[in-house]
Amino acid sequence: MSEIILPRRQLIARAGGLAATLPLLSACDAINDAPAVRKILSMGEEMNRASQRALIDRNALAREYSRADLSPYFRPNGTRLPAGAAYAAHAASGFADWRVAVTGLVARPLSLSMADIRTMPQRTQITRHDCVEGWSAIGQWTGVQLSRILAAAGVRDSARYIVFRCADRLGDALYYESCDMVDARHPQTILAWALNDAVLPIANGAPLRLRIERQLGYKHAKYVNAIEAVASLDGIGAGKGGYWEDRIDYEWYAGI
Amino acid sequence: MNEATPAPVPPPPRVYRHRLPTRIWHWLNAGTLLIMLMSGLMIFNAHPRLYWGEYGANFDRAWLVIGSTADEGYLRIGDWRVETTGVLGRWTNAEGVEKTWAFPGWATIPTSYSLADGRRWHLFFAWVMAIGLTLYMLWTAIGGHLKKDLHVRRDEWSPRHIWHDIKDHARLRFPRGEAEARYGILQKLSYIGVIFILLPLMIATGLTMSPGLNASAPWLLDLFGGRQSARSIHFIAAWALVAFFLVHILMVLLAGPVNEVRSMVTGWFRLPPEKDA
Repeated sequence: MSEIILPRRQLIARAGGLAATLPLLSACDAINDAPAVRKILSMGEEMNRASQRALIDRNALAREYSRADLSPYFRPNGTRLPAGAAYAAHAASGFADWRVAVTGLVARPLSLSMADIRTMPQRTQITRHDCVEGWSAIGQWTGVQLSRILAAAGVRDSARYIVFRCADRLGDALYYESCDMVDARHPQTILAWALNDAVLPIANGAPLRLRIERQLGYKHAKYVNAIEAVASLDGIGAGKGGYWEDRIDYEWYAGI
Repeated sequence: MNEATPAPVPPPPRVYRHRLPTRIWHWLNAGTLLIMLMSGLMIFNAHPRLYWGEYGANFDRAWLVIGSTADEGYLRIGDWRVETTGVLGRWTNAEGVEKTWAFPGWATIPTSYSLADGRRWHLFFAWVMAIGLTLYMLWTAIGGHLKKDLHVRRDEWSPRHIWHDIKDHARLRFPRGEAEARYGILQKLSYIGVIFILLPLMIATGLTMSPGLNASAPWLLDLFGGRQSARSIHFIAAWALVAFFLVHILMVLLAGPVNEVRSMVTGWFRLPPEKDA
């Protein structure tokens, strides 16, 4: 394109400039990729998690907005439509046969239908969704508090994390996420089946998605079909507690 | 050099200008801010659009966009739009491959797109910057630096005095002799502005983007007019720091780079001789 009409001198200058910057740029990336550097940088996540857990009341609520504050359009992100015949069949039947398994370190494993979930006490909240990329959208969510489901299943004291398994496959694996018990039992942590007074659209995670309002968007697992209480995240996926955490090193604690 | 002159010139008088905490903080902060800027530009690349208010995403009106069309890159601010092909929105990387990320690889950490890595750098060095700034602010206040060197005296606030200093700077007429040992009004206001306004503003707007901290300090959202406003102010303040840096470097170059840099390394500053000396 515009390269072709560049005067010769400029082309040479540009080529020279690129050649000169190449070693510097690759040196920068070598630093970025060095395991020791990554270990040090990861201390930032631990400091953020520890300080936020220390400073923020465990039940402090994310801001709730009014209907006047709603985004005109709530942007979906990640999977818009899970692939596969099984999900398509669920969607075709209005998710009548969708089940959410509650397993792991629980006294009473459960298998909840959408009807079970809708007949439990509901919470409606208008909250802001903050994507790790930087954008925000405000939506109204209705669903059941995760703490009620955990109480119904009788989560054991040995459980330290809740793992959310999803029906959407991204590349080589199914999406999943996890959180600690503080966020799992937080009053605004709900499994939502409605957005803005309508049944949750498929693009936003139908029939059921997590809302974990004090963390970034990738923690809000969509298409949830299983909830597992565990003592450790080792052995689940690559052990870092989430699909993106395993693959590209997003922070597991996404409160900032 | 002195051997060539007939009579030995007495060495210029030296003053101990920068104490150790200032020197340590200066260089630590210089490196940290560079990392913060470059990793911040990487994070911006993930969503190169800015909004005012609480929310803002692709379908909402952005007041600033760095984007690309089929064959050009552009920057749009409000209704003003400028083509930026080669620098912003559409550029060629070191391997000669055309890219459409907002800021080019030579300006970001890391050089190829990784929001996760950009955040790792940004959120670690945010601690370095915040702790360093806090300690330095305390030291300037308690150690007397603030009162002795940065305190703006009443007579310095007069518009005439400030205007005079602006004119002197514009004409590149810098104070000489003893007067150069002290900070002028513009220097004082710049350093106070950076240390006590811009850097704290960067930290506060950064924290306002944290959904975790929003729960315990929702007043931050009100202070800045919402999360997306805080993100916009964070971006603007970052460029204000870049502007300070550019003027700072220009002034160092004009005032004598060797003497200035040496004084920030050793602490000792050689007073420029009086004009008629």
